Amino acid sequence: MHNVVMKESDMPMAIEKAQVILPSEREVKVTRSFKAPKTLVYRAYTEPQLVRRWLLGPPGWSMPVCEMDVRVGGAYRWRWRSDTDAKEFGFFGTFREVVPASRLVHSEAYDPGTVGGGYPEQDAGEGAIVTVSFTEEAGYTTVTSLIDFGSKEARDAAVATGMTDGMEQSYQLLDELLKNTAA
Amino acid sequence: MEQQTSTRLDSTFLALADPTRRAILARLALGDASVAELAAPFAMSQPAISKHLKVLERAGLISVGQDAQRRPRRIDGRPLAEASAWLERYRAVWEANFERLDALLRELQRPQARSKRGRKLKQG
Repeated sequence: MHNVVMKESDMPMAIEKAQVILPSEREVKVTRSFKAPKTLVYRAYTEPQLVRRWLLGPPGWSMPVCEMDVRVGGAYRWRWRSDTDAKEFGFFGTFREVVPASRLVHSEAYDPGTVGGGYPEQDAGEGAIVTVSFTEEAGYTTVTSLIDFGSKEARDAAVATGMTDGMEQSYQLLDELLKNTAA
Repeated sequence: MEQQTSTRLDSTFLALADPTRRAILARLALGDASVAELAAPFAMSQPAISKHLKVLERAGLISVGQDAQRRPRRIDGRPLAEASAWLERYRAVWEANFERLDALLRELQRPQARSKRGRKLKQG
């Protein structure tokens, strides 16, 4: 519990498992280190043909749409499709700051697609503001994503969606386990 | 998420947002303690500590023990476990993405990967 929610001060230099903290009631901060130079990690975050190979969420989803015009004012659009029922949802927004290999700031609005859902108060505005920073030390690049959802309600709803995904993932694993046990 | 669970999570996270309250919980994790015992390590009056204890109590994170004289506080792990599970599932989705990114970065850092595959094709 403690290392998930609040222990930020004594973080090790390389964070080998994703760390999620709630710095304020509107924000979520996700931190993770990668054994690669920051120029390369930045490419994996900004080149669509690389992004679509890892930004997939739970198993069973593919990313048929990944368009990114990475420059200030440029737009991006991400869309995922479920392998099982072909339902889709996505995110879209524009880049507000682009500092190669160092910092990205973009808006992030939810596109309910055929999945539905979303946060009513978000529809009026631009959704969340995401600040991604890349720092390199001793062969590791640490990526910090600070997601400001604009309100506590939007943040809690977004985390709850992640919760649903995680549960679905667990159910799928359970299904597989049961199948294997039966066989 | 159910409204009730959501409200309970709110009060848990609110209670955890304060460093003094986190320190009190850390102390109680070691064993029950009276208000005076809890106040001792802090440069704070007992009423100030009592205020923090009220917030923790309302969140269901601590309860008051049987002893009517000492009124020892004790930690209740259930709301903490619930809050942790809520975040943990969100974290797991990110971690699954990052593990794919690890593999991709390894692949991109293998300079000979492509030429080796070429040689193999020629041999085969």
